[in-house]
Amino acid sequence: MSDNKENTPMVNTGEYFTSGNLAVAEGSLAAGCKFFGGYPITPSSEVAEHMSIKLPQTKGHFVQFEDEIASIASILGASWGGWKSMTATSGPGYSLMLENIGLGIMTETPCVIVNVQRGGPSTGLPTLVGQQDIQQARWGSHGDYEIIALSPNSVQECFDLAITAFNLAEEYRVPVTILMDETIGHMSEKLIIPEKEKIKIVNRKKPTNEADGHLPYKADEDLIPPMAVAGEGYNVITTGLTHDERGYPALDADAQKILLTRLLDKIRKNKDKIIKLEEYMLDDSEFVIVSFGISSRAAKGAVNLARKKGLKVGYLRLITVWPFPDEQINQIAEKVKAIFITEINSGQVTREVKRAVEGKTEVHGLLKLGGAIHTPAEIVEEIERRTK
Amino acid sequence: MSDRIEIRFAGFGGQGIALMGRLVGEVISLHEKGKQSVMTQSYGPESRGGASSCDVVIDTQVIDYPKSTEFDYFVVMSEEAYHKYVPLLKKGGIMFVEENLVTLDDQAKKASKIFKLPATAIAESLGSRLYANIAMLGFVCANTDLFSEEAFIQVMKAKVRARFIEKNLTAFEKGKNHK
Repeated sequence: MSDNKENTPMVNTGEYFTSGNLAVAEGSLAAGCKFFGGYPITPSSEVAEHMSIKLPQTKGHFVQFEDEIASIASILGASWGGWKSMTATSGPGYSLMLENIGLGIMTETPCVIVNVQRGGPSTGLPTLVGQQDIQQARWGSHGDYEIIALSPNSVQECFDLAITAFNLAEEYRVPVTILMDETIGHMSEKLIIPEKEKIKIVNRKKPTNEADGHLPYKADEDLIPPMAVAGEGYNVITTGLTHDERGYPALDADAQKILLTRLLDKIRKNKDKIIKLEEYMLDDSEFVIVSFGISSRAAKGAVNLARKKGLKVGYLRLITVWPFPDEQINQIAEKVKAIFITEINSGQVTREVKRAVEGKTEVHGLLKLGGAIHTPAEIVEEIERRTK
Repeated sequence: MSDRIEIRFAGFGGQGIALMGRLVGEVISLHEKGKQSVMTQSYGPESRGGASSCDVVIDTQVIDYPKSTEFDYFVVMSEEAYHKYVPLLKKGGIMFVEENLVTLDDQAKKASKIFKLPATAIAESLGSRLYANIAMLGFVCANTDLFSEEAFIQVMKAKVRARFIEKNLTAFEKGKNHK
């Protein structure tokens, strides 16, 4: 299964006019994804459709499962078989996947989950935009953990962040979620796919020691254990139970502390390397809009509109939503009169910003509840109203 | 300076409204030098008969907001879509109208120009009303500077199924030559 010849990524170098859903699929192929296990759901279905066409052309494998529970289980298994693996879903499917995302965290399984968000809760607004799964991506599975979630705001970034997501999953041995939304998924823009040689690919660390006596969960100094997969001669063992370096269940407080501290720290101590932000007009700004995903396109439009009116508004975009950029937002809070958050939910990132600023400045959520995106004009109106 | 141009295409499901946007978006994005475009579409379960619309936003700079808020161009293929969206037409904007399917009222007066085409009748003369969208795009091409005919035909040949190309090229030609 882990034959290297089969691990060649598929790269369709060139310029395209295409949608976010197709771009995230192409980015995944360019990252070397060889397995897609999924259950199509609006508004993410085009990702599955595209992978079902493309994977068989690259000796990859596409399986449509009976539901999302089986889908997420399959990508964990595929990853342990040596394939880079992914699934794509939307809110209702993501809810079903959460238990096994926890298994992926505990077993340190690299994989990528695309969530093209629609309005919820429950079946909600199947065909319309939402950004309501932000906290779910952070806390949805039970137990304590750290997670990585990325949020693209353009078709090009759907491609680029798919590669980043696979690279982070492989580097940190953790499931990575790409939080898209219906508008980004279905909107079309120019996509430039670079030459294969120009795409940076990260592959999981492999053990180099003797197979005899190999400890599959003994981490290196970077807190990440090398990962052998089935068929390479090493003992491969996975369990959702708290385990020791051998991978054997160790059901006591000491083992729990050792394992969980490492699982938390391997992300926390690398926050600076993981977190990516986009800043715009921040230097002299009196007000800052914090945003992400499709809402950030309206936010940037609002900054341009506000500047024309003489309002000193800047912008910070969360390319990485989790881990959250507490320090960066806290520093901005020291310099500005207020921070506004544009998001399509009832205040999920607003809550994080309020926590991060520690009362140093005013924080206002400019919120929509799903089904439509903000317009730049209404954001500026709201800023003007609240700052008079 | 922003050179932002907003176009809304609207009609009913089955007329190929989204395809109009996708073709124009691609022609501009990949073939018109120095221009970028974004295409967004209304997306829902009602594929046939219900209202359908899509937006193409064009700019020489990076496009922040991807949707139309005040159209410079409004290409409308049904009465329902006309009434629904005409309030968002910019004062002095330009309208392209399927003249047999849309009855204009006073709201159309804010347009600086109104171009009328019997797109469906042209398409039916070619054997199917499915070609009406391409006939309309031929008409738009001839009466604006939005995109070049050569680039459009190149993109259409790549995007439209081979057996429909000939008829679509004729539809485009007829739309383009309509006075």
